Amino acid sequence: MGSHQYANPAADAADDVLLRVKDLEVEFNTSKGVATAVNGMNFEVKRGQALGILGESGSGKSVTARAIMGILDMPPAHIPRGEILLEGEDLLTVAPRRHRQLVGSRVSMVFQDALTALNPVHPVGRQIGELYRVHRGYSRRDAKAAAIKMMEKVKIPAAAKRVNDYPHRFSGGMRQRIVIAMALALDPVLLIADEPTTALDVTVQAQILELLKEQQEERNMGLILITHDISVVREVTDQVAVMYAGRVVEHGPTAEVLSRPGHPYSRGLAASIAGEELKGQRLPAIPGTPPDLLHLPAGCSFANRCAFATEACAASIPALELIDEARHSACFHTREVLAHANA
Amino acid sequence: MPTPSTSTQALPGFANHPAGTPLMEMRDVKQHYAVHRHLPLGPRKFVKALDGVDLSVHAGETMGVIGESGCGKSTLARVMAGLEKPTQGRVFFRGQDINTLRGDEKKEMRRNIQLIFQDPYSSLNPRMTVEQLVSEPYEIHPEVAPRAGRKAKIKELLELVGLNPNHADRYPHNFSGGQQQRIGIARGIALNPQLLICDEPVSALDVSVRAQVVNLLDDLQRELGLSYLFIAHDLQIVRHISDRVATMYLGRVVELGTYADVYDRTAQPYTRALMSAAPELRRNDGNDREKIILQGDPPSPIDPPAGCRFHTRCPMAQAICATKEPELIAVGDTHEARCHFAKDLAAEFVQGAGA
Repeated sequence: MGSHQYANPAADAADDVLLRVKDLEVEFNTSKGVATAVNGMNFEVKRGQALGILGESGSGKSVTARAIMGILDMPPAHIPRGEILLEGEDLLTVAPRRHRQLVGSRVSMVFQDALTALNPVHPVGRQIGELYRVHRGYSRRDAKAAAIKMMEKVKIPAAAKRVNDYPHRFSGGMRQRIVIAMALALDPVLLIADEPTTALDVTVQAQILELLKEQQEERNMGLILITHDISVVREVTDQVAVMYAGRVVEHGPTAEVLSRPGHPYSRGLAASIAGEELKGQRLPAIPGTPPDLLHLPAGCSFANRCAFATEACAASIPALELIDEARHSACFHTREVLAHANA
Repeated sequence: MPTPSTSTQALPGFANHPAGTPLMEMRDVKQHYAVHRHLPLGPRKFVKALDGVDLSVHAGETMGVIGESGCGKSTLARVMAGLEKPTQGRVFFRGQDINTLRGDEKKEMRRNIQLIFQDPYSSLNPRMTVEQLVSEPYEIHPEVAPRAGRKAKIKELLELVGLNPNHADRYPHNFSGGQQQRIGIARGIALNPQLLICDEPVSALDVSVRAQVVNLLDDLQRELGLSYLFIAHDLQIVRHISDRVATMYLGRVVELGTYADVYDRTAQPYTRALMSAAPELRRNDGNDREKIILQGDPPSPIDPPAGCRFHTRCPMAQAICATKEPELIAVGDTHEARCHFAKDLAAEFVQGAGA
């Protein structure tokens, strides 16, 4: 991953960077004050790359996804600064007409709850076909044929028979497949999946993850997988960005980050997984709870839960810096954390 | 008063256990719920949430229960806690059928079996302070903490679960999810129960907080000698906390054994698929489990498939599986599996050890 400092569309194109998020901030006006959900977020996704965004509830991972798709409710949300560059075009400043062309076709999204993502009063085939009619001007018949083809692609059995069924006739896993079919219908270059398997059973989760990975590789698409589940990140992604309190605290190759974390928070997350070797012992838990987004501390927001914290951590926010080849961490004590991991 | 026979080993569903007579025992328990009929003359249909479950929990033991949604895990918790009377079968607590108890005996049984729920916030009354919430059980069982010493007892309880006793006058919404679950746990242990039934106690919590609550449950078990029925879909946490583990599928126990039996010597195809579908159980030792991706979704518990309930999705299914339902077969001293081929599956590990 290169520096975040430049945003040169030509350079991005040469590097095959599909999406670059720069210094993004998202705030929500609430009755109790301004909550900072995303607080200076930086990351990029290249063609053919699967990026995992790992974080707990309230870390800002879904808000980031919604900001990219332009589906935040504004107000109460507003974006005071930042850029979201999709193949060089800033989605935050682009004309509404152009935005509609890009979002849904160049970049699309799969949501957690497939039932609420689908319209209950239209057959699934019509909902998939609508994309072709609106974006590509297909006739009804062509749109239906294309919808059946997409349903077959995502392995819905007897697609031609089920194309006129309503969403409630499908099981949870099948519904999620339909949502994925809609997201892939217009051959996006980038797919954002926000907790796509959280609502599903484990055996069905395995099917959906397999499908996502297969489609990503087949289409050489960029994939952003947003999840709180370390094991899902490990299973599907090659890059991971760990989020805490609205910021990326660590970014790098998934296997590296999870096995040799450079930030105390990622270290704590990776350690608190109940591995086989910890049977009969206490789990190494992270003490305390995530910070209140209404009152973020002036310094590092993880400092009060961190075993490595010093005075410097309370005074200023550490920037995301290159710590190793292709690895970034936002911590003043990364070297110590890594030394611990090696010990 | 019927008492359970001491020859529990002979019964299906009871892997041999050194501790003898169990604290809690379910025998052939069925719980069927009638489904609303769309036509008045249509056939009556039932959701068979539990369909012949034999399970026991011994004193000081943690019994883990795993399975997908709709397999009957939560119904098991409710029936075991005596919140629902089963359609058929019996539930014994310390040798007494809990559904025949009356009066003081019933009250005593209820004191001894407590529940912890998945969503800590919705299980706490938002208009009550922590002190009121934790002392509520004593309104019904004042003998456990006489009024005079009650304040001190509550302070002690809050400290035990890791909450600041000075926050006793705060309301649930002032606490984080992990702290709310600690309040729920304080309520659960307030009456010195023997059995704590935990229904997905950490699923609603953030990953970084989950480990704290698991550690707390571990500590309490050691300090108070509690027994747990621990229901969760997180396979790693169940392995961590359980002594024995039961896998459920469509209202039946399909595998039962010590945690090592079920996780390391899995002898039932559904448990194998479940384990292989959980990415966190793979890649630990470089010795990967075979990856099994099941087709389709779990069938409806209204009309479970004939024969073996898993045969519709089972990668190993043979002709016999569609017609004959397998019994729980003993495949080890402490290990039982419900599959016609359980012995063959178990034998794979014996050979593996020799090679």
